[in-house]
Amino acid sequence: MTATEEVENTRTQGATTLARASTVRGGAFGRTLVRHAVYALVAIVVLIVLTSALAGTGNTFLNYQLAMVCAYLCATAGLTFLTGINGQLSLGHGALMATGAYGAALTIRALADRGIEAVWAVFVALLVGVLAALVVGAVIGAAAARLRGPYLAGVTTVIAIVVPAITTTFDGIFKGDQGLSFVTPSPGAVPALLSNEEWQAYLGIGCAVLVMFLLANLISSRFGRQFRAVANDEVAAKLSGINIARTQVLAFVVSAGCAGLGGALMAAITQQAAPGAYSLTLSLYLLMAIVIGGLGSLAGAVWGALLLVALPDLSTRITDSLELSPDLAQKLDGNLALAIFGLFLIIVMIVAPGGIQGLVRRLSGRLSARRRSAGS
Amino acid sequence: MSAILEINGVTAGYGAAPVLQDVSISVPTGTICAVLGANGAGKTTLLRTLSGLLKPTAGQVVFDGQDLREVKVEHLIRLGLAHVPEGRGVVTELTVDENLRLGGLWRKDRADARRALDEVYQLFEPLQRRRSSAGHQLSGGERQMLALGRALVARPKVLLLDEPSLGLAPRVTAQIMALLRQLRDDTGLTVLLVEQNVRSALSVADEGVVMSLGRVVVSTSAEQLRGDDELRHAYLGF
Amino acid sequence: MDKLLSLTFIGLSRGAVYSAFALALVLIWRAARIVNFAQGAMAVATAYAAYSVTKATDSYWLGFVAALVGGLVLGALVERGVMRFVDHSAPLNNVIVALGVVLVITAIVGMIYGNQFLPFEGPFDQRPLMVGGTGLLSPYDLFVLGTVLLIVVLLALLFTRTPVGLRMRASAFAPEVSRLLGVNVAGMLTLGWALAAAVGAVGGMLVIPTELGLHPHAMDLVFVSAFTAAVVGGLDSPVGAVIGGIFVGLVLTYSTGYIASDITPVAILVLLLVVLLVRPGGLFSTTAARHV
Ligand SMILES: Nc1ncnc2c1ncn2[C@@H]1O[C@H](COP(=O)(O)OP(=O)(O)OP(=O)(O)O)[C@@H](O)[C@H]1O
Ligand SMILES: [Mg+2]
Repeated sequence: MTATEEVENTRTQGATTLARASTVRGGAFGRTLVRHAVYALVAIVVLIVLTSALAGTGNTFLNYQLAMVCAYLCATAGLTFLTGINGQLSLGHGALMATGAYGAALTIRALADRGIEAVWAVFVALLVGVLAALVVGAVIGAAAARLRGPYLAGVTTVIAIVVPAITTTFDGIFKGDQGLSFVTPSPGAVPALLSNEEWQAYLGIGCAVLVMFLLANLISSRFGRQFRAVANDEVAAKLSGINIARTQVLAFVVSAGCAGLGGALMAAITQQAAPGAYSLTLSLYLLMAIVIGGLGSLAGAVWGALLLVALPDLSTRITDSLELSPDLAQKLDGNLALAIFGLFLIIVMIVAPGGIQGLVRRLSGRLSARRRSAGS
Repeated sequence: MSAILEINGVTAGYGAAPVLQDVSISVPTGTICAVLGANGAGKTTLLRTLSGLLKPTAGQVVFDGQDLREVKVEHLIRLGLAHVPEGRGVVTELTVDENLRLGGLWRKDRADARRALDEVYQLFEPLQRRRSSAGHQLSGGERQMLALGRALVARPKVLLLDEPSLGLAPRVTAQIMALLRQLRDDTGLTVLLVEQNVRSALSVADEGVVMSLGRVVVSTSAEQLRGDDELRHAYLGF
Repeated sequence: MDKLLSLTFIGLSRGAVYSAFALALVLIWRAARIVNFAQGAMAVATAYAAYSVTKATDSYWLGFVAALVGGLVLGALVERGVMRFVDHSAPLNNVIVALGVVLVITAIVGMIYGNQFLPFEGPFDQRPLMVGGTGLLSPYDLFVLGTVLLIVVLLALLFTRTPVGLRMRASAFAPEVSRLLGVNVAGMLTLGWALAAAVGAVGGMLVIPTELGLHPHAMDLVFVSAFTAAVVGGLDSPVGAVIGGIFVGLVLTYSTGYIASDITPVAILVLLLVVLLVRPGGLFSTTAARHV
């Protein structure tokens, strides 16, 4: 059932006056849907062109990075939806990514054991990753719906620490700290046309655009208003007949699914799933990315995902260029990015709560105002 | 007779639109000045501005010869200005004794603080009996006594009282008014008394100020307010 | 039976550390309505300070003092330099900024000391004393229990018997009224953070020698255990924090002793969820709801 049909259905149930109102809304939502579809198409075209352009540079690492941005974007978009829109703080999204990653990794390995290494195995693996995260997300979400503020933050912190630790508790399946490694099937028949990295980038682009498209529509739908209403004023939302608990669990599940897809993608790209990659720090990184990018809008999640890939890369370049002693270089490696992230996080929270997207919006607003005043 | 508290053309508010507009009141030393007015007239805002919780955007407040714009909120009690806020401000999690001690914590001289505390206990017998009860266990009347007592522990020169009669039985209100009169007569205390309960307030007040929509509309002697039917009808509704 | 007894003693000693740490969380919660997610990282930072001092002077006790003083300073710094400027209208903001502090501290200690485990010794023997063939408490456990007891008693005296304690409680409960009564509320807040951080620092000093060593993430699990302890006791209740700490210490020790040695993280999660969902008020809290 398409969204317009759904609106149609609700209309037949409602009174005539309401029906008129919802026709207007339905029409508006239909238009939004078309707009989002156009955005998605444009994004896909642009990104495909970008991918082949990057491939043309001969530096395959660039496409790997593009793929990583897409993987992070799935997770940051999901977290933005949960924290920015629905007002639930999760420090456990790294753990949900881990769930997706291990789901995908176990699937690919299981299929490979049966001699299946076709491309569709990757899609099955991604799907299993998402499903695993959905299940875990539903469990956490059910608990989370009853918790607020610091309590929710505390529980999700515990989850962020516990889930990676479980891989050693059950190292028969998860292979402990070593993790699971595998070869991600790729359309290897035409390697000359499509490098492995390009393939990963396309995979990432497909997933990220899909996630953004679905979330954007969800946010501007009737449900989207409910999610926002709960975040803004819980009591008022309750009085207006919104089922708070159900809304919150739903938000958590959707968000977990996105994070799971991100994790599954990450596993497919890096060809492994190991606990080290999904520590508490990853969870903190995700949160920090969406805060710096700008809570409250999906565009902020894009900025955040870019930062997550660009900033560590930049800090590695800086440490490399300084020609430090190996010992010092090792100490700075990673920690420099961490420090920059932390400082940014604090500064953004205190000085510019809108994040990068807020600044962009303010700048473009000022520019267009100047243009208008110049025109008149 | 000199004025211990001078409010000169004060404008203040919470956001863009000011609540208080060009308010001027002069409170002579050793008098009780009643500030009357409907809900939302700006009485509480006035007291909050006096004690610096709210910064005036224009005008000045002079207390005992000192411009209060230059004084920190925390310092007022040391100068002799005590403010009993609306709703009394009893710290319900603390005991009666702790609440009262708070009123004298600023004193360097511990023995003196002790004496002030004992005086207040003598003034309010019921508090003495409930010394170690928690604030939330007290009745409304006891809370008002506690809030008043706590301010008196500081032995202030000027007392700012925000609706002490709120939620109290007429008899208790009368007791409090009698106490204020007694303090004024015995110790020369100056009181700025914000009240909804016009009759009670005017029964002890020397001066009367009527506020409406953030402005002072009448400022005269309490006697005149009591006696002038027209004034009463026009501004106080009885 | 012997196993139960010795596990109980181990659990008590472990729980005492959680008590101290939970107490630090409760101190800040009561003073500022903030759960200090940076508590673990702050304790790690002070432990590194102690490490350096001990290494330079060869004295554990000078290191201990350094951690204590470092805690006071760091707590005041975090409050004055960062937390004070946060818009407290949404509780999310505090948590996010505290996490920023975590990232910065972790990064700084990592840059200075590296990310490997550093050896961190306690001042006393950690082998249990044998009583009738059963290993009960080690001298180090006694040191831990004694120190935590001392902290609890000192804090109790401070808050109930001294004017400063009265000022701190009053400013936490009624900041505006306290200001009107001449209390320096901002100063009390800073003092609360400093004290809490010092208590947390001592907690770190006590627990790190019993683990693998000093590491930028050495306190992560301790933090979540202590958070669980504070929640068990009710975030508002210092007494609850102490009892909650002991409780969590015992539960974790029994579960590692009887189920599996690496079950701790799972046990914490289960415990926390059970407490939050079954007794949402905490076991010792006076306030019923958790709508913060
Ligand atoms: N914190 C605040 N923020 C914004 N506006 C406020 C605030 N407090 C009061 N006001 C507004 O200022 C005006 C005066 O309020 P104030 O509390 O001073 O009235 P009042 O005379 O004390 O009334 P009452 O007799 O009901 O206590 C009112 O219109 C009120 O809405
Ligand atoms: Mg009022």
